Amino acid sequence: MTGPVIEVRDLSFRYPDGTQALRGVNFELYPGETVALFGANGSGKTTFVLHLNGLLRGEGVVRVCGLAVNGVNLSLIRRKVGLVFQDSDEQLFMPTVLEDVAFGPLNRGLSREQAVDIAREALAETGMSESAARAPYHLSAGEKRRAALAGVLAMRPEILILDEPTTFLDPPGRRDLLHLLQRLSQSKIVVTHDTSFAASIATRAVFFHKGRLEGDGPVEQVIERFGWGPYAGAESPAS
Amino acid sequence: MHAREPRVKIIALVCFLAVVATTPCPPWFPQIGYALLLGFALLLARLPLLSAILRAAAVLPLSAAFAGLSLLAGDASRAGALVAKSYLSALAVLVVVGTTPVPDLLRGLESLGAPRFLVLVVQFLYRYLFVISEQVQHMRLSAASRGFSGSALDWRGKLQTAAGAVSVLFYRSHARAAGIHKAMLARGYQGRLPTFASYPLRWADALFLSVAVLAPLVLRSLGGIR
Repeated sequence: MTGPVIEVRDLSFRYPDGTQALRGVNFELYPGETVALFGANGSGKTTFVLHLNGLLRGEGVVRVCGLAVNGVNLSLIRRKVGLVFQDSDEQLFMPTVLEDVAFGPLNRGLSREQAVDIAREALAETGMSESAARAPYHLSAGEKRRAALAGVLAMRPEILILDEPTTFLDPPGRRDLLHLLQRLSQSKIVVTHDTSFAASIATRAVFFHKGRLEGDGPVEQVIERFGWGPYAGAESPAS
Repeated sequence: MHAREPRVKIIALVCFLAVVATTPCPPWFPQIGYALLLGFALLLARLPLLSAILRAAAVLPLSAAFAGLSLLAGDASRAGALVAKSYLSALAVLVVVGTTPVPDLLRGLESLGAPRFLVLVVQFLYRYLFVISEQVQHMRLSAASRGFSGSALDWRGKLQTAAGAVSVLFYRSHARAAGIHKAMLARGYQGRLPTFASYPLRWADALFLSVAVLAPLVLRSLGGIR
């Protein structure tokens, strides 16, 4: 069997203000897998995924495609792990969509022509070719999300991490994103509260509670076990 | 005007500002000539003439204050020159800004050797000004939806509310800046913002630059002849 593309052993992290955000987390992601990360706000999900890209460094072991996340491997790891942030406005900072998508390839040292070619491919992949020359602030929430995803795909990552990808999206935008993600072959980690979205895309789910990873298994099973469905515990309306 | 290369427009603007600033007054006809040149540029660029004339007047309160001091000192022609020169300078800046998208203007500045850090700050300011103003709008709506009305408060209450709103906005902007930095790092940012813009210089740009630099210079030299 092929080894995990992400391997986390006994990961703990404390923020400078003293908040213990992660406590001894163990996790594995295998090639082709899509894993949903569930848990309450502040349970450590986002802190956890920031470790997978080397944006935060805690105690414990994090390996990406067999490489330890450390200062030496950092730029290689950031190429392998594409992180799509919850707020697309934070990810789209260049004057035009094309320049923003080309930002990653240019940072990799590619020439202008190569970077533009890759950016155009990524825009085509996300259905955003026609918005290449537009300014990011003129895009709708769904378009911003797709442009942000294109920016990450242009890095040619082996692993995609999406933090709350359905936030701010209307149902058609959510549906488009789902279809787009289903087409992408990378291993994925999806941080979400949207259980139906997770059930449509993920093969496995894990559950975070107060910085600990407390559950791991099939999506429906994890939702059921932790009462994480949208109406769990709610009474049906009186007829 | 819109199609001209941004660097050419920036160089022409800087030359124009230098010529205007160093033109002796009186005589006044070079200033009239500069105004006619700018009017011609506005028409050529198909920019709304009246709107540009009114918007350029935004500098007048500031220059009028200095002009007032000159008047008090008994130097009426210096006061007039201050007002005329500042107004013409503002109008010239409006012509360039009105015919060049801000991202192109910033790239032009950068390729002319403006400090990269400064250009970066302006670029981010421009990009996130919209986001921050949207947040201000949301805060306003949120306050209004809970019955906030400035008229119901005394000056102390208004000040407290405004201070609270500004501090929240500052905090949010700071948090967003941290988020943007993380997003940049995640895509390989190593302290240098890459750009792939390149501007081929055409004959039309060279011709435009020659006319835009020579015309005010000729006017100025005519003004020097008494």
